[in-house]
Amino acid sequence: MNTRRSFLKKSFLGSQALVWGVPVVYGSVAPEKYPFVGKWLADPEMLPGKNAGLKVLGERPWNIETPPHLLDDKVTPADKMFVRNNGLMPEAIDVANWSLTINGESAKTTKSYSIAELKSKFKTYTYQLTIECGGNGRAEFNPPAKGNQWEVGAVSCAKWTGVRLKDILMDVGIKDDAVYIGYYGKDVHLSKDPKKVVISRGVPISKALEDETLVAWAMNGEDIPLANGHPLRLVMGGWPGSVSGKWLSTIAVRNVVHDGEKMGGDSYRVPCEAVAPGEVVPDENMCIIEGMPVKSIISYPKTGALIKVGQTLPVRGHAWAGDKSVKEVHVSADFGATWQKADLEGPANRLAWQHFSAELELPATGYYEIWAKATDSDGKSQPMVVPGWNPKGYLNNACHRIAVKVR
Amino acid sequence: MMEKKNDLLEVLQKATGALIGILSLALILSLGAAYLFFFYKPSPKPILAKQETATPVAKVEAVAPNAENGTVDEETGFIIDTGWELAKANCTNCHAATLVTQNRATREGWEGMIRWMQRTQKLWDLGENEAAILDYLAKNYAPENKGRRPNLTDVEWYELEGTK
Ligand code: HEC
Repeated sequence: MNTRRSFLKKSFLGSQALVWGVPVVYGSVAPEKYPFVGKWLADPEMLPGKNAGLKVLGERPWNIETPPHLLDDKVTPADKMFVRNNGLMPEAIDVANWSLTINGESAKTTKSYSIAELKSKFKTYTYQLTIECGGNGRAEFNPPAKGNQWEVGAVSCAKWTGVRLKDILMDVGIKDDAVYIGYYGKDVHLSKDPKKVVISRGVPISKALEDETLVAWAMNGEDIPLANGHPLRLVMGGWPGSVSGKWLSTIAVRNVVHDGEKMGGDSYRVPCEAVAPGEVVPDENMCIIEGMPVKSIISYPKTGALIKVGQTLPVRGHAWAGDKSVKEVHVSADFGATWQKADLEGPANRLAWQHFSAELELPATGYYEIWAKATDSDGKSQPMVVPGWNPKGYLNNACHRIAVKVR
Repeated sequence: MMEKKNDLLEVLQKATGALIGILSLALILSLGAAYLFFFYKPSPKPILAKQETATPVAKVEAVAPNAENGTVDEETGFIIDTGWELAKANCTNCHAATLVTQNRATREGWEGMIRWMQRTQKLWDLGENEAAILDYLAKNYAPENKGRRPNLTDVEWYELEGTK
C-alpha cells in the first residue's frame, strides 16, 4: 500500500508535462503502474488482501470484479469481494477517532458516536447480506451502456457485523416527516477537490429502519477491507451496492428524497416507463432503483469444463432476489428447451443469497451451455435475454450460463 | 454543526470572562469576511491557472514516439490514432484510461459523457481540442451491435476432475 501510495505521489508531481507538445492542463497524466486493460489482480501489491484471480476494470478508481467460479464460497471471503469505488479511498484512517454523525432536517438533534460508543451503546447483530452493484451485467447491454463494463461478478454475500441503523436513529430521535436517509463517506473525489462529494446516496426511511440495515465495522468477523469501506460501512442487502455507503461518516435524516451526489440524472436510476434500446430518456422520466431483481450465478464448475460422455455434471451456485426470497432455481443444458429443478437451500437470514445444486446428465458428445434461472417468491423469473435497456445499463438479471463440452 | 454550536454556548456560559475576547475575535473575523466578500474576485479556474504556471515543460518518457496507428499505447491502452495524445492528456487525469477504453459509444454518446463530466465531475472545457477528442473516441471506441445476447467467447477449456 505504502509503496503504491508513494508511487502515486511521485508520478503526480513528475508528470506535469507535455505529451507530444500537448500541454497537460491539470493534475497528472498518471502513468499507471499496472498498464491497462482486462488485467487480473496478479500483482499482490496492486490491492493488498484481494485475490489474484479478480479482474481489474480500473485501478483509479478501483473497480474489480470476481469471476463467478471464485464466488463458490457460501459466505464471500474478503479477498473475493468485488470493489466498486467512485472516488479515491481515504488515507490514514484513524479508527479511534472515527465518528458517525446523525443529522438532517428530520433528526430531532444532531449526535455523533465513536465506533467504540456504537459498540457499547447498542446491541450488535450479524447478518449475511447480498450486495450487488446496480450495474452488474452492464457489459451485455446493446447499445452499450456507459460506465464500468461489469460482467457477472459484481456481487457478494459476506457476513456483516454492526449495530442496527434503526437503534441509532431511535437514540437520536427522528421527526414524523422523515422520508429518506442519505449517507456521506470519507472518500475523495477523483479531481482531488476536497469539497466535492464523491457519492451520497440513500434509501426511504422504511428500508433504513429494517432489522437487517446495519452500520457495520466488521465483515466475516474481521475489519472490513479498506476497499470495501473500513472502518465503518452502512450495509443494506438486496439494493444496489451504492446505497451501502463506505467509509461512513454521516447519515442525514431527510424530509425529502435525498438529493445527494448520484441520486439524480442517469445515476442508479432507470426509465420509469420502459423504453426502446438507445432511446433518450429525459430526467423527469427516470426513477430511483430500489430492490434488485431476482438473479443467480453458476459458481461451479468454471466455464470451459471438459467431461467424458457418461459422466454426471455437478452444478452449483447462488441465487438472490432483492428484498424477496428465491422460491426455485432451474437449470437447463439445452438453451431453455427443457429445465431441471435444482435443490435449493433457504437463506441464512433475510436478504442473504441461497445456494442451489443439481446433477446434470448430458446425453451425447458435443457443446453445451448450462443455464441457471431463479424464480423469486412472487413468481418472477430471470429472463434468458438481456432485459429492459436503460441509459446506464442497470439491472441486467439475464440468466448466467457456462460452456461445457462432452467428449 | 448543531453540536459545535452547543459546545460554544457551554463555553460561553462557563467562562463569561472570555466573552469579550471572543466577541472581539468575532468582530475581526467578520471584518475579514466582509473584506473577502467585497474585494476578493476568484479567478475563474484557480486550480487550472496554478497548475499551468507551475507545470515544468518536459516529455513523457513512456510515450513511444514511433508508435504506429492501430497499436496501443503501453501506458494507457489507448489505441494509437489521430487525436490519441489529446485523449491521453485530457482523459487520464482523474481516472484510469481503462474507464474510457472499456466504453463504446457514438459521437453523440461520447459528447453526452463529456457534458455529464463537465456538469457534475469537474471536467474542464476542452476548447478546440474537443472536436478532435470526439472524433478519436467515436472512431476508435464505436459501438458494435451485440444483439440481445452474445455468444460465450474466450472460453478456456480444461478437464473437469472429480466427476462421476
Ligand atoms: C476532472 C476529472 C475528470 C476528467 C479530466 C475526465 N473524467 Fe471521465 N469521469 C470523471 C468522474 C469523476 C467519473 C465517474 C467515475 C465513477 O463513477 O467511477 C468519470 C466517468 C467517466 C466515464 C464513465 C461514464 C459513466 O457514465 O459512468 C467515461 C466513459 C469517462 N469518464 C470518459 C472520460 C473522457 C473521454 C475524458 C476526457 C475527455 C474524461 N473522462 C476526463 C472525471 C473526469
